[in-house]
Amino acid sequence: MKWLKNILREIFGLFVDDGSFALAILIWLAVMRWATPRLNIPSGITGVILFAGLALILAESAARYSRHKQ
Amino acid sequence: MGTGWAHMGTSIVASFLASLVECVEALTVVLAVGSVRGWRSALTGTTTAIAVLLIIIAALGTALAHIPLPIVQLAVGTLLLLFGLRWLRKAILRSAGLIPLRDEQAAFQKNTEAMHRLAIGSATWDKIAFAAAFNITMLEGTEVVFIVIAIGAGHTGMLLPASLGAVAALFVVIALGLILHRPLARIPENTLKFIVGVLLSAFGTFWVGEGLHLAWPGADWSIPALIAAYLSLALAIVPLCRSRSQTVSSST
Repeated sequence: MKWLKNILREIFGLFVDDGSFALAILIWLAVMRWATPRLNIPSGITGVILFAGLALILAESAARYSRHKQ
Repeated sequence: MGTGWAHMGTSIVASFLASLVECVEALTVVLAVGSVRGWRSALTGTTTAIAVLLIIIAALGTALAHIPLPIVQLAVGTLLLLFGLRWLRKAILRSAGLIPLRDEQAAFQKNTEAMHRLAIGSATWDKIAFAAAFNITMLEGTEVVFIVIAIGAGHTGMLLPASLGAVAALFVVIALGLILHRPLARIPENTLKFIVGVLLSAFGTFWVGEGLHLAWPGADWSIPALIAAYLSLALAIVPLCRSRSQTVSSST
């Protein structure tokens, strides 16, 4: 079973190296999935909101890394 | 007879043009990944995805049309997004000098030497290149399959002309790739890694949005806009990270 664990760990590592960064992305996608049909957001800007959230997560994660690096 | 040829002709042209767009989108990422991480794994990922798609088509046939496309877009798009943003974050930190490039090169060299010692040699396996190429080819390929089925399902006997149009688009894009891969090799590696991160993130965001039924202004034309937006964002974050790390180090 060790080989299976290794394979799964390798696959996991392809998509996740900073756990909180990956988790924030998944939470944002879940929020978008839940919120867009329920809230009265103009349909033309939903894609832009998705991008804005991801951009914020990326910027925050990179800034956090740079603070802790030193 | 004339009407039959007209239907056949329009099916081929419509399928060719629609598939061309999807194939070019996949080519952009596969070329960038191949240039950065090596062609062997990138091409293996691409051909594996095409083979998987062909097996699925052979096994399921037109039943594929009943699988909701948004589910495929959301599942594969999420993986692409996680993968792309992870890559872009690393490229930003590398450009900001927070991940030393030289160390990575040394580590790569060390690994390569170790693999040579193990007599693995040129058969080195790059799972990152494989996964990136596989994901994007799977996504765009699924789109092509749906295009062919949608166009081919319009009239009886139109599935073959629609498939021919898609195959022609694939060959045109392969020829394009053969022409473009050499000039790409002259671009510095770090710049290419940055570009790959931007491309994967932009495509991942677009596909997740499609899967979530979000509206993109200009439909497929929002992909270039997303690429430009991610590039601008990443270029803006690099100096921010650099100055932040300097501020922290000078205050400690």
